[in-house]
Amino acid sequence: MTEKNISTHQDAEVHVVKPPVYFAIFFALLVLTALTTGISFIDLGVFNAVIALAIACLKASLVVLFFMHIHYSSRLLKLTVAAGLFTFMLLISLTMTDYISRAWGMF
Amino acid sequence: MSTIVSLPDQSTAKLPSKSYLNQEYGLKSWLLTGDHKRIAMLYLFSITFFFIIGGVLAGLIRLELLTPPADLMATDTYNKVFSMHGIIMVFLFLVPSVPATIGNFLIPLMVGARDLAFPKINLLSWYLYWIGGIFILSAMVLGGVDTGWTFTTPLSTHYVNTHVVTAAMGIFMAGFSSIFTGLNFIVTIHRMRCPGMTWFRLPLFVWGHYATSIIMILGTPVLAITLVLVALERIFNIGVFDPTKGGDPLLFQHLFWFYSHPAVYIMILPGMAVISEVISTFSRKRVFGYTAVAFSSVAIAVFGFLVWEHHMFIMGVSQYSALVFSLMTMLVAVPSAIKIFNWSMTLYKGSITFETPMLYAFGFIGLFTIGGLTGIFLATLGMDIHLTETYFVVAHFHFVMVGGMLMAYMAGIHFWWPKMTGRMYPEAMSKTAAVITFIGFIVTFFPQFILGYLGMPRRYAAYPADFQVLNVFSTAGASILGIGYLLPLLYLPWSLIYGQIAGNNPWQATGLEWQIQSPPLTENFTEIPIMDHEAYDYEWLANKTHHEVQTVG
Repeated sequence: MTEKNISTHQDAEVHVVKPPVYFAIFFALLVLTALTTGISFIDLGVFNAVIALAIACLKASLVVLFFMHIHYSSRLLKLTVAAGLFTFMLLISLTMTDYISRAWGMF
Repeated sequence: MSTIVSLPDQSTAKLPSKSYLNQEYGLKSWLLTGDHKRIAMLYLFSITFFFIIGGVLAGLIRLELLTPPADLMATDTYNKVFSMHGIIMVFLFLVPSVPATIGNFLIPLMVGARDLAFPKINLLSWYLYWIGGIFILSAMVLGGVDTGWTFTTPLSTHYVNTHVVTAAMGIFMAGFSSIFTGLNFIVTIHRMRCPGMTWFRLPLFVWGHYATSIIMILGTPVLAITLVLVALERIFNIGVFDPTKGGDPLLFQHLFWFYSHPAVYIMILPGMAVISEVISTFSRKRVFGYTAVAFSSVAIAVFGFLVWEHHMFIMGVSQYSALVFSLMTMLVAVPSAIKIFNWSMTLYKGSITFETPMLYAFGFIGLFTIGGLTGIFLATLGMDIHLTETYFVVAHFHFVMVGGMLMAYMAGIHFWWPKMTGRMYPEAMSKTAAVITFIGFIVTFFPQFILGYLGMPRRYAAYPADFQVLNVFSTAGASILGIGYLLPLLYLPWSLIYGQIAGNNPWQATGLEWQIQSPPLTENFTEIPIMDHEAYDYEWLANKTHHEVQTVG
């Protein structure tokens, strides 16, 4: 059975991603890793962490969207991923309510 | 409106010749089974085993507190005993109690499926549970842990030399076991409902478990990561929780309670799910406000993630943040109250009978309400400063966990025992056990509210002599409670051989699981059913002889 047959046969269930897409994403991840390394040699003050984290988030999104097939998946699966991200956001933002305001009125 | 349903004559009931229990024989057929009903039974034996260990530890705690000085055991032994009691009861009993036993058994039956979506993952979850259990037991045998079940830093990372890492790894494993159970339930409920089984025809038991599974999947990974961080901190001194290295000990509590507060709802939501079924069946009425009860489960699951800092009000967190969390904690009272009021309205004008599961359910409603309302005291910032870390907190969460969840678990076991085993237990004996449990519970834990209000701190082996009378009450109550739990341990196994044959539907309940033989076949349904009526349709049940359940081949 050729690759084309598989993809038409199971289109609703499984989306077959072509190798070039995987290579492109892999290449993008390598470039972003190099970028992180390169930028760490330049001192950007408070933006050091911001940029490093932004690149890391971008890389994670690429992995989730393409390597984990979420880009091609049903809305229910996208919602599942969104639920995880939402929970993570709650964890960070509500914890930050403590860290941001812990010293208020103390100095 | 309630429908009068007459209970069937059990003397004519016969055990089916083939069922999941006699499909195959031998140890291998159990240990390698993919059948959700057999795995549920494996879980039932396992959690009962750990419940007995946890219960004996509870007995030791109460025995020590019978007298004011620390005389029965050394104070650090006492610390280890209450830590182990907490760890075993929370992670190895309460979290898997209803979902992994009753839920595992019933979710496929209730949605009209032949098994859970991933039978092998289901079996794997039981093995992970045991690996976790063995780690925790070895931590106990090797010398124990004395951090309390909360592993609070910096005590757990910098000051104690007990088996923190071993116990933490055990909890890590048990955590994955509960993630797998949750994953299985969510996929099964989404994908494997039988034709006609719409979301709003699902029994509320399934809604409750759906909400529980959401918390299991979203919350448990945070606990796993946190415990790994504690282990890394102890072994490699990475400094996440160490202020001298730029870390923050309170960060641990943020992460830990981010799971462990929602985990409270992992422990109570399946109990509420059981109560919905039991109250409806023994009032012969549809659950009042079905949709509200269904969505209140989901609301509890969501709100549960917004309240964790109320465990930390006196720990040095920001007062402004504490204010926000105090307000949000009050929110949880709303869906909980929706449930309690709707159950009460279900009872209204129902034709109520007082079988054993119903007695336990009444126990649940009363005790859970007290437990929940005292939670509001603790959510109130000013009041919490006085009450937190006292016996008031201990009484509060035992009212919710033991008075609530354990009562619901007992209600569930007694309700579905005829379905699981095909046999009835001695009803007079079980009713006695239900009443003894209720009395024992009140005598044990009510005095602790007063003790806490008077200022007796938790987690100490010794206390001032003024507190002794109430502590004697509490210990006496614990022994009554012990008898209440011992009785089912005797008559339930007895009923396996000598119990009356139950028949398919001894309670005349409406769920799909009651329309098939007891105990069910390995494949559950010979033909996948079609659901053509709402959940809790007693009219349908009364007219069932006129129109049999439709099936497709």
